Amino acid sequence: MDACVVVFPGSNCDRDVKVALEAVAGRPVRMVWHADTTVPACDIIVLPGGFAYGDYLRCGAMAAHSPVMRDVVARAKRGTPVLGICNGFQVLTETELLPGVLMRNASLKYVCRDVRLKVEQPDTLFTSHYQKGEVIRIPIGHGDGNYFADEATLDELEAEGRVVFRYVDKAGNATAAANPNGAQRNIAGICDRSRRVLGMMPHPERLFEPMLGGSDGRKLFESLLATLH
Amino acid sequence: MNDAKPALTPQIVAEHGLTPPEYQRLLTILGREPSLTELGIFSVMWSEHCSYKSSRVWLKTLPTKGPQVIQGPGENAGVVDIGDGDAVIFKMESHNHPSYIEPYQGAATGVGGIMRDVFTMGARPVANLNALRFGDPSHPKTRHLVAGVVAGIGGYGNCTGVPTVGGETNFDPGYNGNILVNAMCVGLAKKDKIFYSAAKGVGLPVVYVGSKTGRDGIHGATMASAEFDDKSDEKRPTVQVGDPFTEKLLIEACLELMATDMIVAIQDMGAAGLTSSTSEMADKGGVGIELTLDQVPQREPGMTAYEMMLSESQERMLMILKPGREAEAEAIFRKWGLDFAVIGKTTDTGRMIVTHKGHVEADLPVDKLANSAPLYERPWVATVPPKAILPEWVPAPNAILDTLKIMMGTQHLCSRRWIWEQYDHMVMGDTIQRPGGDAAIVRVHGTTKGLALTCDVTPRYVAADPVMGGRRRRPPRHHRQHELRQPGAA
Repeated sequence: MDACVVVFPGSNCDRDVKVALEAVAGRPVRMVWHADTTVPACDIIVLPGGFAYGDYLRCGAMAAHSPVMRDVVARAKRGTPVLGICNGFQVLTETELLPGVLMRNASLKYVCRDVRLKVEQPDTLFTSHYQKGEVIRIPIGHGDGNYFADEATLDELEAEGRVVFRYVDKAGNATAAANPNGAQRNIAGICDRSRRVLGMMPHPERLFEPMLGGSDGRKLFESLLATLH
Repeated sequence: MNDAKPALTPQIVAEHGLTPPEYQRLLTILGREPSLTELGIFSVMWSEHCSYKSSRVWLKTLPTKGPQVIQGPGENAGVVDIGDGDAVIFKMESHNHPSYIEPYQGAATGVGGIMRDVFTMGARPVANLNALRFGDPSHPKTRHLVAGVVAGIGGYGNCTGVPTVGGETNFDPGYNGNILVNAMCVGLAKKDKIFYSAAKGVGLPVVYVGSKTGRDGIHGATMASAEFDDKSDEKRPTVQVGDPFTEKLLIEACLELMATDMIVAIQDMGAAGLTSSTSEMADKGGVGIELTLDQVPQREPGMTAYEMMLSESQERMLMILKPGREAEAEAIFRKWGLDFAVIGKTTDTGRMIVTHKGHVEADLPVDKLANSAPLYERPWVATVPPKAILPEWVPAPNAILDTLKIMMGTQHLCSRRWIWEQYDHMVMGDTIQRPGGDAAIVRVHGTTKGLALTCDVTPRYVAADPVMGGRRRRPPRHHRQHELRQPGAA
């Protein structure tokens, strides 16, 4: 698996996801600078967490118009898998590779803590090593993770099986108390119609080895490795 | 000197926080009357904030040496050897007054300032901590102050991508009118790649990098040293405004430049901005310095020399480069979208000469500027020891469990989770022990070494008996090393 991680000047989880990808895949990850106009040939492009250009405007709004994103969008449309984590998810919605928008958390506060996620869709190249309905523990760290889309779009996402992760309690129920940011229908991650573009607010790279306190995030990278070799 | 020199009235001198004897001291040093810019420069250098004129006599008595101490007080931060060629660089600093006036920006710029003190020495910041003291929770200002300070610490630290892994928060009516906001930053560097601030060498370019200079924070250092009164709200313009995105760019650009061999000396522009950074760097290097303020990147037109020398605009650094390397260094800063300007050079005159629009605005002796602040041993009154409270005077509670519940619910002992969950404490992927316990553990990246970090003060003890209170801390855990093992490993 050859992975490229896009580095915006304000990215701050770029190294973290690189470490996780390299630990799982056993080969070096390439970092691609935001000012580059082409992404090298690779099996997957990762948009990491952070504050791309400071996010003083709507999160990801400027990043969506950066030089590198033109090529990322074009490559995604030709079938290259793209994973957007946290800020990366925000960028993906701003480029309209994914529908909806990430609004300010309902609490109006940044929140960093572990959440429980239900894996709704194990039939993507990102989630094939999880069981359907498996409840996993992954950290979040964001101020703008409140997923919003209109009812018709949400119904479409559900009908097409594109809600990949949902915030749940330990028992797997998508309750209001288990929702850390007010996201519509407890949505934590969605994919596009091709199922090759995934955006998620939680950070799988933050719990990918026991030393960090858990390894539920590791299976996401192992799923990718299994599919993309 | 500038032709349009205003006469310095006793009132102008007083507004600069100088007492009549201090002004006499200045006249003696210069042998003439200062220009307004020179008065401004000396006033910030002699402020309590920059000169420690009232506390230095006591701080000098602290133990500062040890076999693992690479750098004690006197530089931007302290440096301690942690073996294997690694060094930990750390510092804690208060930002109390700005945070009381404007809690969000006061706390945010406190975090930014302390991070610059650490990465200016060559360290990548790996952890932030804070120690906060607020007034009575029922006091009308407390809620506003807590919300603003916590949001400011998070808003700044989270964006820069440095985890905020620990801290403490206490409430006491004694802080109603004067909260304490202490920010700490811990960084890691290689022992043989530590950068200092001494501008050694003559004819070297003086380089300004980072944000542009604006009119914010002028006289911040003087303000931070003043007593609070009812007019404190009017001092809002002296509080600086932080830009954590630019700080993040500055960290990456400086560390990239530090990987080369172009830097002779480097220092952040903190309190008293250009004034203190230039005079301290020149003094430590034993050189003079010439500045041309026309070259300083400015946020707005029409700024005077006085304003530029005293501005405390954030996210700025001053460097002395090896000659001829300016273009290479500039390319790095341009890549990160930051301003880069050669604003002067080092000289062998021992004087700081500041010119603007063809006029000499200041011509001052560097060593006097850096070292001639008055030192005071202020009168003090011994604390009256409180009466002893004997255990037998306090009746044992009837229901231990109920008492425990009451204690856990008090403002002193209740959970601080709602605070530290607003801080990104996991970014960088090395937080092995998260907040909420006795100490956080941060792994030295790529190794099995870890730093256990906490900050802890017990102000009640200090108030009751300063000497015993100062002694009675938990054993120092900062930078104690732990061998990290994967859970389950032998």
